[in-house]
Amino acid sequence: MKLLLKNARVVDPAAGVDGAYDVLVEDGRIARLASRIEASDAKTLDLTGLCVCPGFIDMHVHLREPGQEWKETIATGTRAAAAGGFTGVACMPNTQPPIDSRSVVEFVLAQARQHGAVPVYPIGCVSKGQNGVELAEMGDMAIAGARGFSDDGKPVASAGLMRRALEYSRIFDLPVIDHCEEPTLVAGGVVHEGEVATRLGLPGWPGVAEDVMVSRDILLAEYTGGAIHIAHMSTGRSAELVRRAKDAGVRVSCEVTPHHFALTDEAVAGYDTHAKMNPPLREESDRQALLAAIADGTVDAIASDHAPHNADEKCVEFSRAPFGIVGLETAVSLSLDRLVHGGVIGLARLVELLASGPAAALRLKKGSLRVGDDADITILDLDRRVVVKPSAFESKSVNTPFGGWILRGGPVMTIVGGRIVHDAR
Amino acid sequence: MKLASPHLLGIEPLDPEEIKLILDTAEGFSDIATREIKKVPTLRGKTVVNFFVEPSTRTRSSFELAEKRLSADSLNFSTSTSSLVKGETLLDTLRNLEAMSPDFIVIRHSEAGAPHFLARHGRTPIVNAGDGAHEHPTQALLDAFTIRRRKERIAGLKVAIVGDILHSRVARSNVCLLTKMGAEVVLCGPPTLLPRGAECLGARVTFRMDEAIEGADVVMMLRIQRERMQGGFFPTLREYASFYGLDAQRLKRAARDAIVMHPGPINRGVEIMGDVADGEASVILDQVRSGVAVRMAVLYLLAGGEREAAAQER
Repeated sequence: MKLLLKNARVVDPAAGVDGAYDVLVEDGRIARLASRIEASDAKTLDLTGLCVCPGFIDMHVHLREPGQEWKETIATGTRAAAAGGFTGVACMPNTQPPIDSRSVVEFVLAQARQHGAVPVYPIGCVSKGQNGVELAEMGDMAIAGARGFSDDGKPVASAGLMRRALEYSRIFDLPVIDHCEEPTLVAGGVVHEGEVATRLGLPGWPGVAEDVMVSRDILLAEYTGGAIHIAHMSTGRSAELVRRAKDAGVRVSCEVTPHHFALTDEAVAGYDTHAKMNPPLREESDRQALLAAIADGTVDAIASDHAPHNADEKCVEFSRAPFGIVGLETAVSLSLDRLVHGGVIGLARLVELLASGPAAALRLKKGSLRVGDDADITILDLDRRVVVKPSAFESKSVNTPFGGWILRGGPVMTIVGGRIVHDAR
Repeated sequence: MKLASPHLLGIEPLDPEEIKLILDTAEGFSDIATREIKKVPTLRGKTVVNFFVEPSTRTRSSFELAEKRLSADSLNFSTSTSSLVKGETLLDTLRNLEAMSPDFIVIRHSEAGAPHFLARHGRTPIVNAGDGAHEHPTQALLDAFTIRRRKERIAGLKVAIVGDILHSRVARSNVCLLTKMGAEVVLCGPPTLLPRGAECLGARVTFRMDEAIEGADVVMMLRIQRERMQGGFFPTLREYASFYGLDAQRLKRAARDAIVMHPGPINRGVEIMGDVADGEASVILDQVRSGVAVRMAVLYLLAGGEREAAAQER
């Protein structure tokens, strides 16, 4: 089976490519990349005006299976990923039961193989049952296919446990991904601690609670030689800590979500539970600092923190609503609109943040379109007018603050291993 | 003149003319309590649900009395008897209440924003009787009413609000109202009980009590909740009282004719000493008295009444 992509702009920063090329895909891999390819036996797509990029990977997604299938399943979550331009997702382990053993990793991978529209890269728990006390069987999970370790949803509160996790993870060279939140500083907080929280009378979740944890994790990564990945970084101070640690050679990487670079805590006014997430939306100075960190290379990946919740669960008092929003089907358009068209970064840098950056953080041999690479491809229309319509989402859940937003640019086709899994041309 | 919104969700959405309208209307209702027959027919045939999802005695009683004196029928629906403890959502409870066609829902809720939730999802006028640490608009209105009666003005007064500002809806609504009406407000409490960026509320902030009450025309003390001690906000009630309790000695720093207020219930010997609570400067019971008239005025105006008509009904 051959597939020929013609007349597109190919943007593959990991290979130093940005220009007009044809791409020939054969047997699920990139067979040729040249300015003009003819192959009469290949299925040929004319992609004039579109961009061909290495497949995007969302390294922070909650697929809710097993245990909370009313919110999302591996089938619906991966369909949302395909529709959103992602050729792979890393799923967080705060399921029920949590992904804390080889058998649950195998279950997730089996479901993904059978029902998944795109590959799933499971993240295993750091601690058994996410209890924050004893290490989970990280090695067994790594052999089964886990791509990293995290107690996401919760921080690894114990510094001692984090130290052991960072040390132990070195055996497999996989990252420990931390949801950075010092619990004693958050204590019931539901929105960023600042003027908006003060005006609305809501308990605050201060930025310093993240910074303290990021700082601790960096020190422990430096001390142990382990690799730490900071999930959904939301503050300017954390960005500065990561920037300095990287300069000093510490093995640290980080991701930022589209909602943290597109919104501030002002979105909470009116007690909109679709603006309630963890970490919370921060203030404008944090947002600006995140944009600067995205532009200067401090940030490694854009990840959606796709957190589906049933509409009834979100339709309650603000303090009682669960944290999180869906993001798989809005992440790429928000990134194109706010970052590329917004003049923060160029397209090549965005492709790094969505493809080679997350691939490197998860040690995946993905994120580029060199000859011989897997033919995981995301095709973009940079000028497509996208109206965010939650009712049309592939995801089971529609909890988004972006409904009705009009964005410039979006994914139009998703190819995994040479197979078209989504086509919205 | 009428109120712009069908709801009273907070002081924040009101403009100064609306605040003045409510206070002026309350004047018209205030002497009903002294009459032989303490009742007017204004809201005859109207049903008011007092939906209290957080325990409250004085606010609920005050609303209930206001409703009865306006001849409305009231239904008390409180947390212990409600289905919320059985796991029903607030939205379902609202739908059930609305199925009984109330004309108003007065809500007290432990979570900020709950009245806004009802207003957004329902079709009944909502009166906020206190939501979490957000607003308690009728308390601020009755406080303003009390101040205005004693001082004959609000503009230009110096008001000190002392205590647990962080968790206080009374403080938020009062700062909002008093600054809108031209008073100068100082917020005072231990730094652990002052919200981050409290200046954004429009008041000056200090953690030194003597500085806060220096020359104040009004000293408003807030109730300190014992749970805060376990929360680590201050070490002991004894130490709190020594730094932030109001006694006669400390009150001398305020203006000579200063009044002392408290939303109640008071903790004698903690935030306020008996000699001050029972002293001449105290208007604490006037506040309770004003509460009924102000709540009558709010319900009357939300029902579409105008001030001139209220005067005639007297």
